[in-house]
This record gives sequence, C-alpha cells and structure tokens, in this order.
Amino acid sequence: MRAAGAILRKDLQIELRTRQSVPAMALFSVTVFVLFHFGLDRDEIEGSLASGVLWVTLLLATVLAVSRLFAAEREDGALDGVLLAPIDRTAVYLAKAAALFLYLVLLEVVALPAFAILLLGPGLGGAFPELLAIVLLADLGLAGVGALVAGLAAETRLRELIVPLLLLPLLVPVLIAAANATKPLLMLNPAATDLGKWLGFMALYDIVFVLLAVAVFDFLLED
Amino acid sequence: MSDAIALEGLERNYGDRAALSGVTVSVPAGATLAVFGSNGAGKTTLLRVLAGLLRPHAGSASVLGSKLPDEAWKVRGKVGYLGHESLLYRDLSVRQNLEFHARLHGVTGVDEALAAVGLERRAGDAIRELSKGMVQRAAVARAILHDPPVLLLDEPRANLDPAAAEALEPLIGRVSGRTRVLVSHDVERSLAEADLALGLRAGRQEFAQRADETQVRRLYS
Repeated sequence: MRAAGAILRKDLQIELRTRQSVPAMALFSVTVFVLFHFGLDRDEIEGSLASGVLWVTLLLATVLAVSRLFAAEREDGALDGVLLAPIDRTAVYLAKAAALFLYLVLLEVVALPAFAILLLGPGLGGAFPELLAIVLLADLGLAGVGALVAGLAAETRLRELIVPLLLLPLLVPVLIAAANATKPLLMLNPAATDLGKWLGFMALYDIVFVLLAVAVFDFLLED
Repeated sequence: MSDAIALEGLERNYGDRAALSGVTVSVPAGATLAVFGSNGAGKTTLLRVLAGLLRPHAGSASVLGSKLPDEAWKVRGKVGYLGHESLLYRDLSVRQNLEFHARLHGVTGVDEALAAVGLERRAGDAIRELSKGMVQRAAVARAILHDPPVLLLDEPRANLDPAAAEALEPLIGRVSGRTRVLVSHDVERSLAEADLALGLRAGRQEFAQRADETQVRRLYS
C-alpha cells in the first residue's frame, strides 16, 4: 500500500502540474453534449435516450484518460524506474486504478451538471442519492478495467488502437447496467425500478474485474 | 572475494535476433567490469538483464547470489541503474522525483542526495526545465538514493562537464566501493578504472579478462 500510495500521489502531482487528463475529459464530454444538443435538435431529452447519451459520453471520455494513464511513464523510461524498485507490481495497478477513479469523479462533477443544463429535461436533484450510487459503482468498474487495459497497452506501439478496441467491449456490461439503472431516474416522473438489481450487477462486475486485474497485472509488466 | 555478478552462457534474443549469446563472466564484489562493443553489440541489453528489466532466455545469471529472472524481486532495490534515459518524470521537479523514488525504496536522504549531486538550488525545477547535464546529475541522485551495492552504468558521464564528472566520482566512480558494470566508449578511461573487461561483438563475447587497449580497440574496427 505504501508503494501504491506513492505512485498515486505522484500521478496526482503530475496531473496537477500538467492539467491534461481531467480537463481534456471534461471538455470532451461537454463538447459531445453540445453536439447532441444540436444534432438531436432537441432542448430536452429524457429516459433511455438521456441515459444512453450520458453513459456513452462518459465511456468515451474514459477512453481518453485510459490512453494517457501511462503517458508519463513512457517518457524517459520512467516506468523502468518504478519497475526497478522493490515493490509488488500490483501496486502500480492499484495506484493507476485509484487515479483513474478520481479523474472520473472529477469529470462527473463537471459533466453531470453540464448534461443537466444542455440536454436533460427532468432535473437531477431529486434522484441524487441513487445517481451517486450508480456513478460510483460504474466508476469503479471503468477504473478497474481501464487501468488493466492501460497496463496492457503501456509498452505497445499500437496503444492508440488497442485501448479503445479492447476497452470498449469490456465495458459494455457496465454501460448496460449503468444506463438501465439511470434510465428511470431520468424520466419526467423518476422511479427507481430495478435499481438494486443493476447496482448488484455492477458491484459483481467490479469485484470480478478488479480481482482478475490484481491476479494478472504483474505479468503484464513483465518483459 | 565472492562474486557479486555471475553469468554463464547468458543468452537474450529479440525475436530471431540474438542480442546476447554465450556471455560468461564473473565480477567479484567491489570490482568494476567495463563492457566494450560497438553500437548494437548488446551492452545495454546486458545491463537491462542484470537489472531484472529483461529476462534471460538461456544460460544463468545471478546478482548478489539471487538467480535471474526467478529471484529478480530480490535484486530489485539492490542495483542502481543509470541508463541512456533518466528514468525520471519530466513534469515533476527534481525533489518530487527523488521523494517519489525514496518512497518506493522505503528510504530517506533526498536532501543528502541533492547536495551530493549539486542540485539543491534547482531542486524545485521540473526535469523538463533542466539542461541535459543537470538531468544526468538528477539521474545519478536517483540511482544512488537507496545506496545500492551494485551499480549498472551506461555512459554515466554523458552530458556532464569535467567538474561535474569529477564531483560525482565518489557516488558512481571506483572510489564508491560498489560493484560496477560500466558501459562507456571512453576506452582509455574505462580501462583505467576497470578490474575486468568484457568485449561484445554482435552479442557474442569476444573476451572477458584483464584486457589491454589493443584488444579493446580491435572491437571497434
């Protein structure tokens, strides 16, 4: 945990200095919402359409962050410096997943209000506790799988292709669960139908993929 | 003196190409092995294998009694690696980089390391803002921060002015008392500070002994 904490702290220091990942994700999301606003030619959307637009946008913004998750390590062989340290390499995964989780939370602080202002008919306020639970569980899944894929692609030349091609199919279950869980909350008359089922599904997905990633990540960083 | 490094028939390939083939050499603790060879001879590959960053494909390799690659985790933290790249984060300051590595290695002594390489006054500057010579000094500080008994040095004096190179001698030079594997194209100086010389040509070992300058020069012809 000491090593994971050190790597996470370092990642946050770099993000604070460079302000690259989170602002890019936020700007991308807001831009997509604006595009939908004009593309759909509607001031307000609700239900499954709203839920789908929200989660597909957040998913694509996640791809941006995952692509850059090991960017600092690729410069000047910095990853070798980490691999030379007497640490369990799982610490690298845990730190990267935690950093991505924090980036996603920060993204949503910007993206959710922007979505509500630009596209959403019904307000988000009434369903906030339920939405918070959905978002946090979805973020855990996005971060867990995102860090795994980022590690897999870290040392490959085709990472710009590998990340979206590998990440998006793996995240389809999260998208289905999050979109279905969110859909009733974004209706004109919010109702938390089947919320427990979808939250349980996402929690199971998170546990399975985080355990899988912890088991295999050491091998991903091997020569 | 026990051997700090022992290689026997070491092989390492990149695809079909042999980067190292049949390398056999032993380095006693505290001694310096100078590695010579033209570009692409396998010198950097050898250092990366010894650091545990690359797996040997055949033969045996051990560092401080730990077999590679099975016991690479024991070797990590006991070698100081100074390669072509600084292994530092460009967007972090020198101090942030050293504090990060100190945390990873579970050691302190960042201030001492900064003082030893003469970067106290530039400690707050980002690596990307430093000259190449200063980046090299920061890389030296990173490499010796955890006081490793073995140093793997790839052109350690690159980009350093004579005064800086002299100032870093106690840290990475022969007087440091550490076991060293030294890769340098400065044949004269390397031979002067080496106990053993290893000559590589296209990954194959030409010699591993007390080499004379003529023999080394022949490698580059």
